[in-house]
Amino acid sequence: MNQELLEILQEVKDPEIPTVSVVEMGMINRVTREDDTIFVEMIPTFVGCPALDMIRQNVQDELKQKTGAKKVEVEYTFHPPWTSERITREGWEKLREFGIASPGQKHTDIPSCPYCGADEGDVENIFGPAACRAIYYCRKCHQPYEGMKKI
Amino acid sequence: MKIEQASVAKSNPVYAEALVNWLYQLADDELVIGHRDSEWLGMCPDIEGDVAFSSIAQDEVGHANFYFTLLHELGEKDPDALAFSRPANSRRNALLLEHENHDWAYSVVRHMFYDLWDELRLKAFSDSSYFPLSRGAARMLREEYYHSLHMTTWFVQLGSAGGEAKEKMNAAIRKIWPDLGDLFYIDQEKMLLQFGIIQESSASMKEKWEEQIKGLVQKAGLTWPGPVPGVQMNGRLGEHSDDLKRLIETMGEVYTLDPAAKW
Repeated sequence: MNQELLEILQEVKDPEIPTVSVVEMGMINRVTREDDTIFVEMIPTFVGCPALDMIRQNVQDELKQKTGAKKVEVEYTFHPPWTSERITREGWEKLREFGIASPGQKHTDIPSCPYCGADEGDVENIFGPAACRAIYYCRKCHQPYEGMKKI
Repeated sequence: MKIEQASVAKSNPVYAEALVNWLYQLADDELVIGHRDSEWLGMCPDIEGDVAFSSIAQDEVGHANFYFTLLHELGEKDPDALAFSRPANSRRNALLLEHENHDWAYSVVRHMFYDLWDELRLKAFSDSSYFPLSRGAARMLREEYYHSLHMTTWFVQLGSAGGEAKEKMNAAIRKIWPDLGDLFYIDQEKMLLQFGIIQESSASMKEKWEEQIKGLVQKAGLTWPGPVPGVQMNGRLGEHSDDLKRLIETMGEVYTLDPAAKW
Protein backbone atom coordinates (compact mmCIF):
# COMPACT_ATOMS: atom_id res chain seq x y z
CA MET A 1 0.00 0.00 0.00
CA ASN A 2 1.26 3.41 -0.93
CA GLN A 3 1.13 5.43 2.33
CA GLU A 4 1.34 8.78 0.59
CA LEU A 5 -1.68 8.00 -1.59
CA LEU A 6 -3.54 6.58 1.39
CA GLU A 7 -2.98 9.88 3.19
CA ILE A 8 -4.52 11.77 0.25
CA LEU A 9 -7.53 9.44 0.30
CA GLN A 10 -8.21 10.52 3.90
CA GLU A 11 -9.71 13.61 2.25
CA VAL A 12 -12.38 11.56 0.46
CA LYS A 13 -15.29 11.21 2.84
CA ASP A 14 -18.21 8.81 3.01
CA PRO A 15 -21.00 10.77 1.24
CA GLU A 16 -23.48 9.79 3.96
CA ILE A 17 -21.18 10.40 6.95
CA PRO A 18 -19.08 13.42 5.96
CA THR A 19 -16.67 13.26 8.91
CA VAL A 20 -15.38 9.75 8.14
CA SER A 21 -13.04 8.99 5.25
CA VAL A 22 -13.21 6.03 2.90
CA VAL A 23 -9.89 4.89 4.41
CA GLU A 24 -11.33 4.95 7.95
CA MET A 25 -14.42 3.08 6.70
CA GLY A 26 -12.09 0.28 5.61
CA MET A 27 -13.14 0.62 1.98
CA ILE A 28 -9.63 0.79 0.48
CA ASN A 29 -8.15 -2.62 -0.21
CA ARG A 30 -5.21 -1.58 -2.35
CA VAL A 31 -3.74 1.59 -3.84
CA THR A 32 -0.70 1.54 -6.09
CA ARG A 33 0.97 3.84 -8.58
CA GLU A 34 2.77 3.04 -11.78
CA ASP A 35 4.10 6.12 -13.61
CA ASP A 36 1.08 8.25 -14.50
CA THR A 37 -1.55 5.72 -13.48
CA ILE A 38 -2.95 5.10 -10.03
CA PHE A 39 -4.87 1.93 -9.39
CA VAL A 40 -7.32 1.77 -6.47
CA GLU A 41 -9.12 -1.38 -5.38
CA MET A 42 -12.12 -0.61 -3.18
CA ILE A 43 -14.59 -2.70 -1.18
CA PRO A 44 -18.24 -1.59 -1.20
CA THR A 45 -19.89 -1.63 2.22
CA PHE A 46 -23.17 -2.94 0.75
CA VAL A 47 -23.73 -4.67 -2.58
CA GLY A 48 -26.48 -2.21 -3.51
CA CYS A 49 -24.86 0.94 -2.11
CA PRO A 50 -26.14 3.80 -4.29
CA ALA A 51 -23.12 6.01 -3.51
CA LEU A 52 -20.51 3.84 -5.26
CA ASP A 53 -20.33 5.87 -8.48
CA MET A 54 -20.11 9.10 -6.50
CA ILE A 55 -17.31 7.71 -4.33
CA ARG A 56 -15.43 6.49 -7.40
CA GLN A 57 -15.63 9.98 -8.92
CA ASN A 58 -14.49 11.64 -5.68
CA VAL A 59 -11.51 9.28 -5.38
CA GLN A 60 -10.51 9.96 -8.99
CA ASP A 61 -10.85 13.74 -8.63
CA GLU A 62 -8.90 13.89 -5.36
CA LEU A 63 -6.01 11.70 -6.55
CA LYS A 64 -5.70 13.45 -9.93
CA GLN A 65 -5.71 16.86 -8.32
CA LYS A 66 -3.20 16.06 -5.55
CA THR A 67 -0.74 13.87 -7.47
CA GLY A 68 -0.99 15.04 -11.06
CA ALA A 69 -1.58 11.46 -12.17
CA LYS A 70 -3.14 11.29 -15.63
CA LYS A 71 -5.23 8.24 -14.98
CA VAL A 72 -6.90 6.89 -11.85
CA GLU A 73 -8.55 3.50 -12.13
CA VAL A 74 -11.00 2.55 -9.40
CA GLU A 75 -12.23 -1.02 -9.23
CA TYR A 76 -14.71 -2.48 -6.75
CA THR A 77 -14.20 -5.96 -5.38
CA PHE A 78 -16.11 -8.21 -2.97
CA HIS A 79 -12.99 -10.09 -2.00
CA PRO A 80 -12.41 -9.76 0.88
CA PRO A 81 -16.02 -8.90 1.80
CA TRP A 82 -16.50 -5.66 3.72
CA THR A 83 -17.41 -6.17 7.38
CA SER A 84 -17.93 -3.62 10.12
CA GLU A 85 -14.63 -4.88 11.60
CA ARG A 86 -12.79 -3.15 8.75
CA ILE A 87 -13.59 0.27 10.23
CA THR A 88 -10.45 1.72 11.85
CA ARG A 89 -10.20 2.90 15.46
CA GLU A 90 -10.19 6.55 14.30
CA GLY A 91 -13.19 5.70 12.17
CA TRP A 92 -15.15 4.44 15.16
CA GLU A 93 -14.26 7.54 17.19
CA LYS A 94 -15.47 9.84 14.43
CA LEU A 95 -18.63 7.79 13.96
CA ARG A 96 -19.41 8.17 17.66
CA GLU A 97 -18.78 11.93 17.49
CA PHE A 98 -21.23 12.00 14.59
CA GLY A 99 -23.78 10.25 16.84
CA ILE A 100 -23.44 6.75 15.42
CA ALA A 101 -22.73 3.96 17.91
CA SER A 102 -20.41 1.02 17.27
CA PRO A 103 -21.98 -2.44 17.20
CA GLY A 104 -21.67 -4.90 20.07
CA GLN A 105 -20.07 -8.33 19.91
CA LYS A 106 -23.16 -10.17 18.72
CA HIS A 107 -25.76 -9.27 16.06
CA THR A 108 -28.39 -8.92 18.75
CA ASP A 109 -26.35 -6.75 21.16
CA ILE A 110 -27.67 -3.23 21.58
CA PRO A 111 -24.80 -0.73 21.31
CA SER A 112 -24.15 1.83 24.04
CA CYS A 113 -25.65 5.28 23.56
CA PRO A 114 -23.11 7.53 21.75
CA TYR A 115 -24.35 10.58 23.73
CA CYS A 116 -24.42 9.40 27.37
CA GLY A 117 -22.71 6.01 27.15
CA ALA A 118 -25.61 4.16 28.83
CA ASP A 119 -26.25 0.53 27.96
CA GLU A 120 -30.00 0.85 28.28
CA GLY A 121 -31.10 1.16 24.68
CA ASP A 122 -34.04 -0.37 22.82
CA VAL A 123 -34.16 -1.25 19.14
CA GLU A 124 -36.39 1.21 17.30
CA ASN A 125 -35.71 -0.15 13.82
CA ILE A 126 -33.05 -2.51 12.50
CA PHE A 127 -33.19 -0.48 9.29
CA GLY A 128 -31.99 3.11 9.47
CA PRO A 129 -31.37 6.03 7.08
CA ALA A 130 -28.71 3.95 5.28
CA ALA A 131 -28.54 0.20 4.79
CA CYS A 132 -25.57 -0.08 7.17
CA ARG A 133 -27.25 1.69 10.12
CA ALA A 134 -29.97 0.78 12.65
CA ILE A 135 -31.97 3.09 14.95
CA TYR A 136 -32.07 2.74 18.75
CA TYR A 137 -33.59 4.70 21.63
CA CYS A 138 -31.72 5.45 24.84
CA ARG A 139 -33.88 4.93 27.93
CA LYS A 140 -31.48 6.96 30.09
CA CYS A 141 -31.01 10.20 28.16
CA HIS A 142 -34.17 9.75 26.07
CA GLN A 143 -32.45 10.27 22.75
CA PRO A 144 -32.91 8.26 19.61
CA TYR A 145 -29.53 7.25 18.20
CA GLU A 146 -28.09 5.39 15.26
CA GLY A 147 -25.72 2.45 15.33
CA MET A 148 -23.62 0.76 12.67
CA LYS A 149 -24.91 -2.73 12.12
CA LYS A 150 -22.64 -5.62 12.81
CA ILE A 151 -22.18 -6.89 9.28
CA MET B 1 -12.02 -26.69 -10.12
CA LYS B 2 -12.14 -22.96 -9.39
CA ILE B 3 -12.79 -20.40 -12.06
CA GLU B 4 -11.58 -16.88 -11.33
CA GLN B 5 -12.41 -15.04 -14.54
CA ALA B 6 -15.36 -14.66 -16.90
CA SER B 7 -13.01 -15.25 -19.85
CA VAL B 8 -12.06 -18.68 -18.48
CA ALA B 9 -15.72 -19.60 -17.90
CA LYS B 10 -16.50 -18.58 -21.48
CA SER B 11 -13.85 -20.93 -22.85
CA ASN B 12 -16.01 -23.84 -21.69
CA PRO B 13 -19.36 -23.26 -23.48
CA VAL B 14 -21.31 -25.92 -21.58
CA TYR B 15 -20.17 -24.50 -18.23
CA ALA B 16 -20.86 -20.94 -19.34
CA GLU B 17 -24.36 -21.80 -20.52
CA ALA B 18 -25.30 -23.43 -17.20
CA LEU B 19 -23.82 -20.51 -15.28
CA VAL B 20 -25.61 -17.86 -17.37
CA ASN B 21 -28.89 -19.69 -17.02
CA TRP B 22 -28.46 -19.86 -13.24
CA LEU B 23 -27.53 -16.18 -12.92
CA TYR B 24 -30.74 -15.20 -14.73
CA GLN B 25 -32.80 -17.20 -12.22
CA LEU B 26 -31.08 -15.41 -9.32
CA ALA B 27 -31.12 -11.93 -10.84
CA ASP B 28 -34.76 -12.04 -11.90
CA ASP B 29 -35.92 -13.22 -8.46
CA GLU B 30 -34.12 -10.36 -6.72
CA LEU B 31 -35.19 -7.69 -9.20
CA VAL B 32 -38.87 -8.60 -9.12
CA ILE B 33 -39.18 -8.92 -5.34
CA GLY B 34 -37.07 -5.75 -4.92
CA HIS B 35 -39.49 -3.86 -7.15
CA ARG B 36 -42.50 -5.13 -5.20
CA ASP B 37 -40.77 -4.05 -1.96
CA SER B 38 -40.28 -0.56 -3.33
CA GLU B 39 -44.03 -0.29 -3.96
CA TRP B 40 -44.57 -0.27 -0.19
CA LEU B 41 -42.76 3.06 0.15
CA GLY B 42 -45.12 5.47 1.91
CA MET B 43 -47.80 2.78 2.31
CA CYS B 44 -46.58 0.69 5.26
CA PRO B 45 -48.56 0.46 8.52
CA ASP B 46 -45.77 2.29 10.37
CA ILE B 47 -42.81 4.48 9.48
CA GLU B 48 -40.32 1.83 10.64
CA GLY B 49 -41.82 -0.62 8.17
CA ASP B 50 -41.51 2.01 5.46
CA VAL B 51 -37.82 2.59 6.11
CA ALA B 52 -37.22 -1.15 6.35
CA PHE B 53 -38.90 -1.98 3.05
CA SER B 54 -36.98 0.82 1.32
CA SER B 55 -33.67 -0.55 2.62
CA ILE B 56 -34.61 -4.10 1.72
CA ALA B 57 -35.72 -3.00 -1.77
CA GLN B 58 -32.37 -1.25 -2.23
CA ASP B 59 -30.51 -4.39 -1.14
CA GLU B 60 -32.50 -6.74 -3.39
CA VAL B 61 -32.21 -4.53 -6.47
CA GLY B 62 -28.51 -4.13 -5.64
CA HIS B 63 -28.15 -7.90 -5.61
CA ALA B 64 -29.95 -8.13 -8.95
CA ASN B 65 -27.50 -5.57 -10.30
CA PHE B 66 -24.61 -7.68 -9.00
CA TYR B 67 -25.90 -10.77 -10.85
CA PHE B 68 -26.63 -8.74 -14.01
CA THR B 69 -23.06 -7.40 -13.89
CA LEU B 70 -21.72 -10.96 -13.76
CA LEU B 71 -23.94 -11.78 -16.75
CA HIS B 72 -22.60 -8.78 -18.64
CA GLU B 73 -19.03 -9.98 -17.97
CA LEU B 74 -20.05 -13.29 -19.50
CA GLY B 75 -21.14 -11.59 -22.72
CA GLU B 76 -24.81 -10.75 -22.03
CA LYS B 77 -26.24 -7.23 -22.49
CA ASP B 78 -25.56 -4.44 -20.00
CA PRO B 79 -27.36 -4.55 -16.61
CA ASP B 80 -29.94 -1.85 -17.45
CA ALA B 81 -30.96 -3.57 -20.65
CA LEU B 82 -31.21 -6.91 -18.84
CA ALA B 83 -33.34 -5.39 -16.09
CA PHE B 84 -35.67 -3.26 -18.17
CA SER B 85 -35.99 -4.48 -21.72
CA ARG B 86 -36.47 -8.22 -21.65
CA PRO B 87 -39.97 -9.51 -22.42
CA ALA B 88 -41.86 -11.45 -19.74
CA ASN B 89 -41.37 -14.82 -21.44
CA SER B 90 -37.59 -14.56 -21.11
CA ARG B 91 -37.70 -13.81 -17.36
CA ARG B 92 -36.73 -16.63 -15.00
CA ASN B 93 -38.13 -15.45 -11.65
CA ALA B 94 -40.43 -17.62 -9.54
CA LEU B 95 -44.13 -16.87 -10.05
CA LEU B 96 -44.81 -16.07 -6.41
CA LEU B 97 -42.46 -13.08 -6.46
CA GLU B 98 -44.12 -11.28 -9.36
CA HIS B 99 -47.62 -11.15 -7.88
CA GLU B 100 -48.97 -7.87 -6.60
CA ASN B 101 -48.45 -7.01 -2.95
CA HIS B 102 -52.09 -7.55 -1.97
CA ASP B 103 -52.12 -6.72 1.74
CA TRP B 104 -49.51 -6.40 4.48
CA ALA B 105 -49.96 -10.00 5.64
CA TYR B 106 -49.38 -11.34 2.12
CA SER B 107 -46.24 -9.22 1.70
CA VAL B 108 -44.77 -10.28 5.06
CA VAL B 109 -45.49 -13.99 4.52
CA ARG B 110 -44.20 -13.97 0.95
CA HIS B 111 -41.02 -12.11 1.88
CA MET B 112 -40.21 -14.37 4.79
CA PHE B 113 -40.83 -17.47 2.68
CA TYR B 114 -38.53 -16.07 0.00
CA ASP B 115 -35.83 -14.81 2.40
CA LEU B 116 -35.39 -18.20 4.02
CA TRP B 117 -35.17 -19.83 0.59
CA ASP B 118 -32.71 -17.19 -0.62
CA GLU B 119 -30.48 -17.76 2.40
CA LEU B 120 -30.33 -21.51 1.77
CA ARG B 121 -29.64 -20.85 -1.90
CA LEU B 122 -26.83 -18.36 -1.15
CA LYS B 123 -25.23 -20.92 1.16
CA ALA B 124 -25.46 -23.50 -1.62
CA PHE B 125 -23.16 -21.40 -3.80
CA SER B 126 -20.98 -19.74 -1.16
CA ASP B 127 -18.25 -22.22 -2.17
CA SER B 128 -19.14 -22.17 -5.88
CA SER B 129 -16.66 -23.19 -8.56
CA TYR B 130 -17.27 -19.73 -10.06
CA PHE B 131 -15.28 -17.49 -7.75
CA PRO B 132 -16.95 -14.15 -8.65
CA LEU B 133 -20.27 -15.71 -7.60
CA SER B 134 -19.08 -17.21 -4.30
CA ARG B 135 -17.49 -13.88 -3.31
CA GLY B 136 -20.81 -12.11 -3.80
CA ALA B 137 -22.64 -14.80 -1.82
CA ALA B 138 -20.47 -14.19 1.25
CA ARG B 139 -21.34 -10.50 1.17
CA MET B 140 -25.04 -10.91 0.41
CA LEU B 141 -25.57 -13.46 3.17
CA ARG B 142 -24.51 -10.83 5.68
CA GLU B 143 -27.21 -8.50 4.35
CA GLU B 144 -29.95 -11.13 4.10
CA TYR B 145 -29.59 -11.84 7.82
CA TYR B 146 -31.34 -8.54 8.58
CA HIS B 147 -34.11 -9.14 6.05
CA SER B 148 -35.13 -12.47 7.55
CA LEU B 149 -34.76 -11.07 11.08
CA HIS B 150 -37.21 -8.28 10.20
CA MET B 151 -39.69 -10.53 8.41
CA THR B 152 -39.73 -13.33 10.98
CA THR B 153 -40.32 -10.73 13.72
CA TRP B 154 -43.42 -9.45 11.87
CA PHE B 155 -44.55 -12.97 11.02
CA VAL B 156 -44.47 -14.19 14.62
CA GLN B 157 -45.95 -10.96 16.02
CA LEU B 158 -48.90 -10.84 13.65
CA GLY B 159 -49.64 -14.53 14.14
CA SER B 160 -49.39 -14.34 17.92
CA ALA B 161 -51.58 -11.22 18.04
CA GLY B 162 -54.64 -13.37 17.28
CA GLY B 163 -57.90 -11.87 15.97
CA GLU B 164 -57.97 -10.24 12.56
CA ALA B 165 -54.17 -10.25 12.25
CA LYS B 166 -54.04 -14.01 12.67
CA GLU B 167 -56.92 -14.55 10.23
CA LYS B 168 -55.20 -12.43 7.60
CA MET B 169 -51.90 -14.25 8.09
CA ASN B 170 -53.56 -17.65 7.71
CA ALA B 171 -55.38 -16.40 4.61
CA ALA B 172 -52.08 -15.13 3.17
CA ILE B 173 -50.39 -18.49 3.74
CA ARG B 174 -53.28 -20.29 2.02
CA LYS B 175 -53.16 -17.87 -0.93
CA ILE B 176 -49.39 -18.26 -1.35
CA TRP B 177 -49.21 -22.03 -0.94
CA PRO B 178 -50.34 -23.10 -4.46
CA ASP B 179 -47.78 -20.67 -5.99
CA LEU B 180 -44.76 -22.11 -4.21
CA GLY B 181 -43.83 -24.91 -6.60
CA ASP B 182 -41.40 -23.22 -8.98
CA LEU B 183 -39.63 -21.27 -6.21
CA PHE B 184 -37.76 -24.49 -5.40
CA TYR B 185 -37.26 -25.50 -9.02
CA ILE B 186 -33.74 -25.03 -10.37
CA ASP B 187 -33.44 -25.15 -14.13
CA GLN B 188 -30.45 -27.25 -15.33
CA GLU B 189 -29.86 -28.35 -11.75
CA LYS B 190 -27.94 -31.51 -12.66
CA MET B 191 -25.44 -29.55 -14.70
CA LEU B 192 -25.03 -26.92 -11.96
CA LEU B 193 -24.29 -29.58 -9.35
CA GLN B 194 -21.97 -31.44 -11.67
CA PHE B 195 -19.92 -28.29 -12.35
CA GLY B 196 -19.93 -27.33 -8.67
CA ILE B 197 -21.61 -24.01 -9.48
CA ILE B 198 -24.01 -24.96 -6.67
CA GLN B 199 -23.27 -27.55 -4.03
CA GLU B 200 -26.61 -28.57 -2.63
CA SER B 201 -29.64 -30.02 -4.41
CA SER B 202 -32.99 -28.23 -4.49
CA ALA B 203 -34.60 -31.27 -2.82
CA SER B 204 -32.26 -31.03 0.16
CA MET B 205 -32.72 -27.25 0.44
CA LYS B 206 -36.50 -27.58 0.17
CA GLU B 207 -36.49 -30.07 3.04
CA LYS B 208 -34.58 -27.58 5.23
CA TRP B 209 -36.92 -24.78 4.16
CA GLU B 210 -40.01 -26.78 5.15
CA GLU B 211 -38.52 -27.59 8.51
CA GLN B 212 -37.70 -23.93 9.24
CA ILE B 213 -41.08 -22.64 8.04
CA LYS B 214 -42.94 -25.32 9.99
CA GLY B 215 -41.16 -24.16 13.16
CA LEU B 216 -42.06 -20.53 12.52
CA VAL B 217 -45.69 -21.29 11.64
CA GLN B 218 -45.97 -23.18 14.91
CA LYS B 219 -44.26 -20.43 16.90
CA ALA B 220 -46.66 -17.86 15.45
CA GLY B 221 -49.67 -20.06 16.26
CA LEU B 222 -50.66 -20.27 12.57
CA THR B 223 -51.91 -23.19 10.50
CA TRP B 224 -49.65 -25.36 8.35
CA PRO B 225 -51.52 -25.96 5.08
CA GLY B 226 -50.06 -29.41 4.38
CA PRO B 227 -47.52 -30.66 1.83
CA VAL B 228 -45.87 -28.09 -0.43
CA PRO B 229 -47.32 -28.58 -3.94
CA GLY B 230 -45.22 -29.45 -6.98
CA VAL B 231 -44.62 -27.14 -9.93
CA GLN B 232 -47.73 -26.00 -11.82
CA MET B 233 -46.82 -23.02 -14.00
CA ASN B 234 -43.04 -22.62 -14.13
CA GLY B 235 -41.61 -19.11 -14.00
CA ARG B 236 -38.10 -20.57 -14.27
CA LEU B 237 -39.01 -21.61 -17.82
CA GLY B 238 -40.53 -18.25 -18.76
CA GLU B 239 -44.17 -18.99 -17.87
CA HIS B 240 -45.63 -15.95 -16.16
CA SER B 241 -48.82 -14.18 -15.14
CA ASP B 242 -50.05 -10.80 -16.38
CA ASP B 243 -48.80 -9.34 -13.09
CA LEU B 244 -45.25 -9.62 -14.41
CA LYS B 245 -46.10 -7.89 -17.69
CA ARG B 246 -47.55 -4.95 -15.77
CA LEU B 247 -44.58 -4.91 -13.40
CA ILE B 248 -42.10 -4.75 -16.31
CA GLU B 249 -44.08 -1.92 -17.93
CA THR B 250 -44.12 0.12 -14.73
CA MET B 251 -40.51 -0.58 -13.82
CA GLY B 252 -39.24 0.23 -17.30
CA GLU B 253 -41.47 3.26 -17.93
CA VAL B 254 -38.67 5.81 -17.64
CA TYR B 255 -35.99 3.62 -19.22
CA THR B 256 -38.03 2.94 -22.35
CA LEU B 257 -38.64 6.67 -22.94
CA ASP B 258 -35.03 6.84 -24.10
CA PRO B 259 -32.87 3.75 -23.54
CA ALA B 260 -29.72 5.60 -24.66
CA ALA B 261 -30.14 8.49 -22.18
CA LYS B 262 -27.42 8.99 -19.59
CA TRP B 263 -28.81 9.63 -16.12
